[in-house]
Amino acid sequence: MLHLLQKPLEAAQPSRRTFLKVSAGTIGGLVLAMNLPRSAASAAEGDFLQPFVHIRPDNTVVVLSKHLDKGQGTASGLATLVADELDAAHDQVRVEFAPSNPQLYANTLFGVQGTGGSTAMANSFMQYRQAGAAAKAMIVAAAAKDWGVPASEITVSDGVVSHGSGKSATLGDLAGLAAGEEVPAEPVLKTPDQWVYIGKSFPRLDVKNKTVGAPNTYTMDFQRDGLLVATVARAPRFGGKVKSFDASEARKVPGVVNVLELPNGVAVVAESTWPAIKGRSLLEIEWDDSGAETRSSDAMIAELKEMTAQPGVKVREDGDVDAVLEASAKVIEADYDFPFLAHGAMEPLDIAMMFDGETAELWFGSQIQTIDHNVAATVLGIPFQNVRINTLWAGGSFGRRAQADAHPVVEIAMLAKAMQADGMEPAPVKIVWTREDDMAGGYYRPMSAHRIRVGLDADNNVTAFKYNIAAKSIVKGTAFEAMLMKDGVDHNMTEGAHDTSYALGLMNMDQTFQETQVPVLWWRSVGHTHTAYVMETMIDRLAKEAGKDPVAYRLEMIRDDPRKANVLKLAADKAGWDQPPGDGRYRGVAVHKSFGSYVAEVAEISFRDDGTVKVEKVTAAVDCGTPINPDNIVAQVEGGIGYGLGAILRNQVTLVDGVVEETNFDTYEPLRMSDMPEVEVHIVASNEPPTGIGEPGTPPIGPAVANAIAAAKGDWITSLPLSKAGLV
Amino acid sequence: MSVTLKINGETRTLDADPDSPLLWALRDELKLTGTKFGCGIASCGACTVHLDGMPIRSCQTMVGDVEDAEITTIEGIDGKAAEAVQAAWQELDVPQCGYCQSGQIMAATALLSETRKPTDEDIDFAMDGNVCRCATYARIRKAIHLASDKMEG
Ligand code: FES
Ligand code: FES
Repeated sequence: MLHLLQKPLEAAQPSRRTFLKVSAGTIGGLVLAMNLPRSAASAAEGDFLQPFVHIRPDNTVVVLSKHLDKGQGTASGLATLVADELDAAHDQVRVEFAPSNPQLYANTLFGVQGTGGSTAMANSFMQYRQAGAAAKAMIVAAAAKDWGVPASEITVSDGVVSHGSGKSATLGDLAGLAAGEEVPAEPVLKTPDQWVYIGKSFPRLDVKNKTVGAPNTYTMDFQRDGLLVATVARAPRFGGKVKSFDASEARKVPGVVNVLELPNGVAVVAESTWPAIKGRSLLEIEWDDSGAETRSSDAMIAELKEMTAQPGVKVREDGDVDAVLEASAKVIEADYDFPFLAHGAMEPLDIAMMFDGETAELWFGSQIQTIDHNVAATVLGIPFQNVRINTLWAGGSFGRRAQADAHPVVEIAMLAKAMQADGMEPAPVKIVWTREDDMAGGYYRPMSAHRIRVGLDADNNVTAFKYNIAAKSIVKGTAFEAMLMKDGVDHNMTEGAHDTSYALGLMNMDQTFQETQVPVLWWRSVGHTHTAYVMETMIDRLAKEAGKDPVAYRLEMIRDDPRKANVLKLAADKAGWDQPPGDGRYRGVAVHKSFGSYVAEVAEISFRDDGTVKVEKVTAAVDCGTPINPDNIVAQVEGGIGYGLGAILRNQVTLVDGVVEETNFDTYEPLRMSDMPEVEVHIVASNEPPTGIGEPGTPPIGPAVANAIAAAKGDWITSLPLSKAGLV
Repeated sequence: MSVTLKINGETRTLDADPDSPLLWALRDELKLTGTKFGCGIASCGACTVHLDGMPIRSCQTMVGDVEDAEITTIEGIDGKAAEAVQAAWQELDVPQCGYCQSGQIMAATALLSETRKPTDEDIDFAMDGNVCRCATYARIRKAIHLASDKMEG
């Protein structure tokens, strides 16, 4: 296995091999420590500078977000924690992204700097509160000295530091003095009853910029003097290579500066975006598909289905499930399949870099900074400390920017080296992905097949549950394998099923890995995108077999999981489950735990005159531990429902002879305003540690809608999207 | 080739191919990057600007076709409807990633300029061309109603 930095010089020659080798790196080989030169700002007079909070003499409080904010509100969430403990006023707080520095800014649950798995609040809750509390203690200590009064008599409220004698100052006034105070090792944190923002309200800090079209927000908007813009023609089939190309027409386009071959395609470098797009369309490329995936998705699904009929890697093995099935009074059979899904973040992928031969600076929505940083250094063949990453706001990600192989970084580093090798002057360059590039570019939610066999006794009690799943593993063979696979098992694929808290008799679960060149990746809620659908529609079927109400049956089947039972009851109660829905309306329910958070959703649907489904209303109940920003929790559940709903209604990426069919929003038709149901979100009051909310709203919506359709029609859809069944 | 456009009340002369999309002239030549690139095929609305007050998709509008028109981008909108829309958006914390929101605001402003009290059906009709992958639709709908109320008051 490659340790990323072992042979940096080998990477100095761009080659296809380097591309692959970098992709096969392990977390263990990453550089995790660095000594950053103290920034010029740190010398500035009167500034208070700690890793997570800066206080400036002009009275602004800057919170440094170690996490990428791609819409989920994390940056404002972290600012909430600091502002509360520091007692800063909302309008004096700003948020900036922290530099890439794994020593200071690692995700404490990953060991590297990175955002994902809805962990931002869980791993930062204590850290950012402590940073705020330490800053406040230092401010108070400085004021005590300056005013000659005991620290215990000083109060801070809404950004104002004051003493009974009438003395008062702003945080900014005291910043310079506080900077000289010792950082308390264990600052005293507030008790929950003292919180002023946590659990209450702290409006997002990024909203103003995002409603006026502010410049320098997203990578797509990145500008620099002399900036070049590049597009890359990548192989139409995954794993294809350039055989030969003719760039003579492309070079004639005014504004096109150069055309360069890269290990993975052909780059058109231009003075601005349009010539780069137009020039690329005029390239004539012959591709070598000898090592490429050339199958159609139908054939791949058929292969997955066959795989589920065979034993696989044991994920869970309670006992001899086949014998119990054999002895059962009845066996329920169900076979599911789910398609590839594209993330379709609103901002297509993009990345900018300046490489001068010795140092490199990058600007993009970096989601796993430590991997991106190591990969840039490796490919460019320069030391880790010569690379600087500026994280920018991302126009969505849904998992897409968290790649194990950092392929956008590899590509732009290869381009920078190719530009250098071709004798071009060093210049900042931005690679823009068009929507077609982004959508046809792979890294999909894996397609999967699921084979379920459930044994029932004569009284319809569940005796055995046999679950075989087949899909391409997201982590196997990547930088995440060492961290995320144990004993050859990929638990990401089966999360939400192997760890179910339903009492399902004897449960066995096998997984089989599909091999394909199509790259796959986490997609908002990862394994739960398919397991929640399977488990929650199966439970509904079993309720029907038992002749029981779906909510009552679930409550009977849930074991030792009071928080799950609680959100289910709450959602059912708020949705008026006890009362029949109105005429022509049907309801379905689903409840699922993911990333430590519990979400139950009741979907109410109707059918249009043409027989298609309209989701009218969704009532959700959420338990994500201590709610930090309730309005953001509501927003994330609304968005998570919409994101999941669009996918199950009509989204799929299909291949014909290895070529992607859906390449833009005309064929991968996203959820739109008229599809969006009314959403009502209820948050459970809790003192448990906070858990994630970016993803957990997504898993239950699919099965809740499928169960509502079954309530109307008697059958559960087992092949997604619903459009295949003529329901959309 | 040099082209003259009227943008946000100013006359700007720029070097652009008349057959190139207005979107890229705005973003790359004039550095008005508030107007976003989302799909390039008039399917997402991220690139919405106003052409004589009407919402249009700048990715499918060629520079040479709009030389005589008044073009307004997110950087240049003002007036009662625009102010009400932006205030409502901020009050309800509508944006998540925010990338679609310039286009949403341009579309909502155009709607409210025409229809002071839009119904939910009016909103569906006017806004269905504007995709939000973060699915902030529920809040966009609320914010349009709120902006409408603000314009009354
Ligand atoms: S970019 Fe113009 S409609 Fe999508
Ligand atoms: S806010 Fe992210 S796409 Fe609309």
